[in-house]
Amino acid sequence: MSKLTLTTEGDRYIVVTRRFAASPEAVYRAHTEPALIQKWLLGPEGWSMPVCINEARPGGKIRYEWSNGKFGFHLTGEYLELVPYSRIVHVERMFLPDPTPDNHVETTFAPDGGGTLMTMRMTLPDTQTRAAMLSTGMEGGMEASYVRLEAMI
Amino acid sequence: MEALDAAFAALADPTRRALLARLAQGEATVMQLAKPFNMTQPAISQHLKVLETAGLIDVRVDGTKRPRRLQKSGVDAMEQWLAMLRTALEKNYDRLDNVLAAMEPQKGRKKR
Repeated sequence: MSKLTLTTEGDRYIVVTRRFAASPEAVYRAHTEPALIQKWLLGPEGWSMPVCINEARPGGKIRYEWSNGKFGFHLTGEYLELVPYSRIVHVERMFLPDPTPDNHVETTFAPDGGGTLMTMRMTLPDTQTRAAMLSTGMEGGMEASYVRLEAMI
Repeated sequence: MEALDAAFAALADPTRRALLARLAQGEATVMQLAKPFNMTQPAISQHLKVLETAGLIDVRVDGTKRPRRLQKSGVDAMEQWLAMLRTALEKNYDRLDNVLAAMEPQKGRKKR
């Protein structure tokens, strides 16, 4: 039913795949152009991204700031490698509020029929980082699930 | 929260995942568990200890035997954590579907 797959690869990586009904060029642009990123990279319902800096070139900086009106946190990163419309490699860390260890992320966009298969391979966060991420996302995540559940009943 | 985190750490190891898969079929002693893994009993015991600390398995006392078995609530909590991560990602990508649908097809863009 779900188009998304999420698996662990060994004890070091998480691999996520997702298909999109758009060209690799469009999906790539939606990952690198701030005006587009701000429309979808928001996590649970109720969050927005008032600040989005994305310098899509090797060595370019990334800075995303999220807010739900009451709380906020941010992420910084740097691009290591960009192959237009097919591959992005970057590192990022969240500030919760202390910086988490660098997360190394490799994202590829491959033509798939008339659409795109995206594969994202990221570092499995360490124990402490997972705990911090969990405490940040939990309340909102659960809430979004309940809203959807209500809509189904 | 801490229990979920410990459970995720415990499951990051392939041997421990295999041990859990075996225990999902029914309880087993350390000796029974060690057999198919080509590992020493102390090594297996070490992995079992991690799983036990994470609340994924527990020990039943049966005379002189100490069979290990799945602790259902621990496994459920782990599934809940993964489901939560998946929920956040699905939410993002469902929104991205809409963003992509609204984008103009880009043709004849500048070439480098």
